[in-house]
Amino acid sequence: MTRILNTVGGLTLYYVNQAGRMGIFLAFVVYNIIKLPYYKVTHVIKQIYIIGTLSVFVIVFTGAFTGMVLALQGYNTLSKFGSEGLIGSVVALSLIRELGPVLAALMVTGRAGSAICAEIGIMRISEQIDALECMAIDPHKYIMAPKFIAALVSVPLLTAVFNVVGIFGGYIVGVKLMGANEGAFFTSMYRDVEFADIYMGFIKSVCFALLIVWICAAKGYYVHMERSGGFGAEGVSRVTTSAVVLSSVSILVLDYIITSLLI
Amino acid sequence: MNAQPMIQMMDVRKSFGAQEVLRGVNLSIFEGKTTVIVGESGQGKSLIIKHILGLMKPTSGKILVEGKDINTISRKELKEIRADFGVLFQHAALFDSMTVFENVALPLRERTKASEAEIRNKVAEMLALMDLDGSGEKYPAQISGGMRKRVGLARALVLNPKIVFFDEPTTGLDIAKSNEIYRVFFRTQTKLGYTSVIVSHDVPKIFKLADYVALLYNGVIQDCISPEDFQTSENPVIREFVEKTMGHIYESERMEG
Repeated sequence: MTRILNTVGGLTLYYVNQAGRMGIFLAFVVYNIIKLPYYKVTHVIKQIYIIGTLSVFVIVFTGAFTGMVLALQGYNTLSKFGSEGLIGSVVALSLIRELGPVLAALMVTGRAGSAICAEIGIMRISEQIDALECMAIDPHKYIMAPKFIAALVSVPLLTAVFNVVGIFGGYIVGVKLMGANEGAFFTSMYRDVEFADIYMGFIKSVCFALLIVWICAAKGYYVHMERSGGFGAEGVSRVTTSAVVLSSVSILVLDYIITSLLI
Repeated sequence: MNAQPMIQMMDVRKSFGAQEVLRGVNLSIFEGKTTVIVGESGQGKSLIIKHILGLMKPTSGKILVEGKDINTISRKELKEIRADFGVLFQHAALFDSMTVFENVALPLRERTKASEAEIRNKVAEMLALMDLDGSGEKYPAQISGGMRKRVGLARALVLNPKIVFFDEPTTGLDIAKSNEIYRVFFRTQTKLGYTSVIVSHDVPKIFKLADYVALLYNGVIQDCISPEDFQTSENPVIREFVEKTMGHIYESERMEG
């Protein structure tokens, strides 16, 4: 009994500690983003290239196929009711409100989030972060701030690319392949998509960007404090996996919360 | 040792779970002097440096650097104190995605307003001082262990720090490379006049550089005395350490008085 209580108590303390650490980490990064002197623009541009530009291919690819499959499924269902004309609206609304922000965020987590976590984790275990601190260079400003800004800029743009490519994919399958009316495709989309839908998608993508970079960067930064032992390459690989899983799950949970608040 | 110490550790204790590694460390580091901390592996020598640098917090006790308790001061003050530090880490801790030049230039780029031309000149000067001319464009993975340590030293010294910490500067290097590091250390300290704290188990060679030698044993600093006094100390723990590490040299010196 005492052992069970010990384990439960230990776990509770660990997770409360971890939540506190991550909260303080976020506060330090936000403080360093707004505090003068500002980080160097070149650092931010480099990170936008790593997080944003290098993710474009995977975003275009997944966006196109998501739009295509949405059109395929949508056409088959809508044609039963003779409403194939609504296919444009179905594809666009599904992408802009839900699938675009969520899938783009999941892709960025897998491609850039894991890289952020592993990079920072390796810097931590090889004492590079200690070296920065000893040089009186704040890692929150030098490493984290550019990554946070880059993610906040890149993810909404990648989401927009995902949506546009997805709608184009939907157009190819719905109109060119399945034979839905081209005019009806665009008219229904133009009629049904409102500013509130785009606003919801934008808010989601900004929140997901913050969530991904926060979880992945903090997990890497505190790799040495992991309960399961954050040592060496194995520790970094374990923490990277855990960062990707936690980010992905959190994206889906946050998606539900934002949708329920904004709908 | 009657001057005011630059760094003072007062009854510093550090535990990891049930294991107490530092059990009341008292140590004073004096300005312009070289203090060497020796001791067997696993005694917590590097921990002492990490505590002074503020990278770890002690379970209890005080660490004063230039009169300020580094565990109670603000982050800003800690940053100001660290601006006087230079650190050579055990594995050099170079930024592996940057070239040698970029590694040495980093403190200048991030902490000063020097122009690119000034940075180039200063880095070139430091690399020449470390016999590293022509290696600026290489990455840390492309150079030898000894060169990596010298790059680490160049980076540590590029802003003319007041206090330089060396964590096992010669570990993993052969005798020739170790001697090279010591020569560079001697040359730079003579030129720049910094206070240094060296953690090493390269006994007796390291004694040649030391003004004071401190032995960490069982979580406690046994004594912090000159190398000569250290080698002839009557403290049984120090005597045992010296006999173990220096063997017959120590014995013959004792016999000759």
